[in-house]
Amino acid sequence: MEDMIFYDRMQFAFTITFHYLFPQLTMGLSLMIVYFKWRFLRTQIEKYNDAAKFWMKIFALNFAMGVVTGIPMEFQFGTNWAKFSELTGGIIGQTLAMEGMFSFFLESSFLGLFLFGEKLLGQKLHFLTGFLVFLGSWASGYLIIATHSWMQHPVGYEILENGKFVLNNFSALFSNPWLLPSFLHNQMGSLITSSFVVAGVGAFYILNNKHSEFGKLFVKTGVIFGLVSSLLVAFPTGDWAAKNVVKYQPVTFAAMEGIFETEEGGSEIILIGQPDVENKKLDNKIAVPNILSFLTYQKWDAEIKGLNEFDESVYPTNIPGLYYSYHIMVGLGTIFIGLLLLATVQLFRKRLYKTKWILWSLMFMIPFPYIANTAGWYTAELGRQPWLVYNLLRTVDGISPTVSSGNTLFTLLGFIGLYLLLGLLFLMLAGKIIYKGPETTKLN
Amino acid sequence: MELFWYIVLMAMLTIYVILDGYDFGAGIIHLFYAKKEKDKKAIRNAIGPFWDANEVWLIAVGGVLFFAFPTLYASSFSGFYLPLIMILWLLIFRAIGLELRGQIHNKIWEAIWDKAFGIASLLLALFFGIALGNVVRGVNLGMVTNGVSAHEPHFFFLPLWNSTFSPHAEHLGIIDWFTLLLGIIGVVALAIHGANWIIFKTNSDLNQKLKQVVFNLNIVLLILVIISLFSWHIIDPKPFHNFVKYPWLWIFPIITFSGLFGLFKIKSFKKDGFGFLFSTLFLFGGLASTVSSIFPNLLPSTNMVNPSLTVYNAAAHEYGLSVGVYWFVIAAVLVAIYMVIQYRVFNGKMDDVGYGEH
Repeated sequence: MEDMIFYDRMQFAFTITFHYLFPQLTMGLSLMIVYFKWRFLRTQIEKYNDAAKFWMKIFALNFAMGVVTGIPMEFQFGTNWAKFSELTGGIIGQTLAMEGMFSFFLESSFLGLFLFGEKLLGQKLHFLTGFLVFLGSWASGYLIIATHSWMQHPVGYEILENGKFVLNNFSALFSNPWLLPSFLHNQMGSLITSSFVVAGVGAFYILNNKHSEFGKLFVKTGVIFGLVSSLLVAFPTGDWAAKNVVKYQPVTFAAMEGIFETEEGGSEIILIGQPDVENKKLDNKIAVPNILSFLTYQKWDAEIKGLNEFDESVYPTNIPGLYYSYHIMVGLGTIFIGLLLLATVQLFRKRLYKTKWILWSLMFMIPFPYIANTAGWYTAELGRQPWLVYNLLRTVDGISPTVSSGNTLFTLLGFIGLYLLLGLLFLMLAGKIIYKGPETTKLN
Repeated sequence: MELFWYIVLMAMLTIYVILDGYDFGAGIIHLFYAKKEKDKKAIRNAIGPFWDANEVWLIAVGGVLFFAFPTLYASSFSGFYLPLIMILWLLIFRAIGLELRGQIHNKIWEAIWDKAFGIASLLLALFFGIALGNVVRGVNLGMVTNGVSAHEPHFFFLPLWNSTFSPHAEHLGIIDWFTLLLGIIGVVALAIHGANWIIFKTNSDLNQKLKQVVFNLNIVLLILVIISLFSWHIIDPKPFHNFVKYPWLWIFPIITFSGLFGLFKIKSFKKDGFGFLFSTLFLFGGLASTVSSIFPNLLPSTNMVNPSLTVYNAAAHEYGLSVGVYWFVIAAVLVAIYMVIQYRVFNGKMDDVGYGEH
């Protein structure tokens, strides 16, 4: 059975990982474009409008990639996870259908107006269309995370004799304690990505001594947005999300922190180390005593359950993968805060645009928030395994009963080839837009 | 409550076919009839600001199907696994064909994406027609051999084709001569529909020629529809039993044929939008007649062992369906407002929109 679901899991993992490279920039960047547009309305300085126009080009390309790779996600619930869809469709179908009806129509109707309608609509209405596109993209994120939260922490349901999950409380889907922390945490993560993209492109312009006026605006905006969001992603949102894991999925928490044994007198926090699941220990570890207990319960000696307290049948399927995903996310998040704090200090000392090593670092940092966001999602998803619906429906019991693994491998290979092409085209075209740079409106 | 959602789903599906249908049709016309750059540009302008929002209807149909009829969603999406994934790939090619073309001004680059857009549109029209054919013909639910189900009664899997291409074979394929016939009807009908949209939304030089094209294709369509009506009897011995039971349903075939025959007068229409109106009538009537003929089935079973999937046995639980009405009504009003805004801003002829020019 494990072999049979291998390709299904690979296909979903591959297509969702690739897909989410795009919406994370869409969601954050839409807010930043709305910000540029708002600054323009307030100050009437053309530079802000030109900045908005430049980022709209990247946004349009990125949005198109998000749309074309997003449609396969909705279809794959049915094509590859038919049993899961049949059993839970009455519940997760609600939030997914709402996403289509509330956010996709909003986004797609106003995106065209936003991209082509500046002259037709006038500045104020044009700002409004931009705001609606932003609203649509965040609503989409909210409804997807509502779906995700139900799978992590099912609420408002009952299970019928035939195994079907039916909804008995609609509002519970939205008051799910898992939802708000995850949503805010995710949105801050997405804002970090867009901040580093904006700041990194700005740093490139300054270092390259071309478009450096825009470069300064981008670096400044990116650094400030980035600092705020990278602080918020850790506290309170990340902390809050982690406390949910401790409360509702303690075995996942033990695995992601790398705690094999319950420690008396408080748990250490593991910074680095390689889990050896077979021998239930951590190799080459560097750890700080008692910190994990403090972070989790605000008490130095609070007990944190290790993996030894749980039955192996409920262990997360891939403990090392989960552990690394979580540590990569947290480690990168810490580096982001450090770099952005230094950049902010230099900004206030008015030396940032001359501090070359920070500009170089900002430029090379562009890929890393993508890695951190991906690692964060891997933490959530690997942490839920072996379950599709936590503690209620196992992943092996959710696949399509009639689709052979040969067919799944065929489509997986097709997706890999096609997405490789899409990725190359995206990098080529985005690179072209960035290299060409923003255009300055000539005042007459 | 099931009936409400059935009507909602069918209405949304019809809207999707009418809206994205003109995009596919425009793509087909683009592939075969637009030789000059000016004509290609007119076609891109005609669909440019709309196609993306039109495609959202497909996602919305998928979402409502998932939520209201999860059993049908699970059964049909896994059973039609390969063609559905291929439709996804084609939708990707259609989209990047339209979106990436304008990014670089180079003849080879533009030629690649023109072809991607045209060929993907053609194949999508064909695939959606074939899909309709599969739903009419039915599938071997539970994958019964010699009276024994190999799977749960509502699951199945169809390969793309079998060696006989017969809709009566024990092991069916997705493409047989009957479903292929419906696929070709899909291509011809949507090509007409797309041509009508181009005539409606542009002042291109192509328009006079397209009126002749519509007239000629309409003759082909009429012949194909007559053939399909005869072959329908071979597939389903009693295709009209619902129409006997509920005579008001005859309104749908009447709408279909008034759309079909009305289009023969295309050269004398006073307004450019009339052609589009008639092809819309044809598509609406055709789809409504087809689903009425198999009602209450959603996916008929071709074996005697397992029952067909129907509006009643494939639906979600009562509470979820009722609570869904509240948010759906709000969302539907909002969608209507968006559409009014969108179509008012991009009202009239679209020759100057400059879609895809960066």
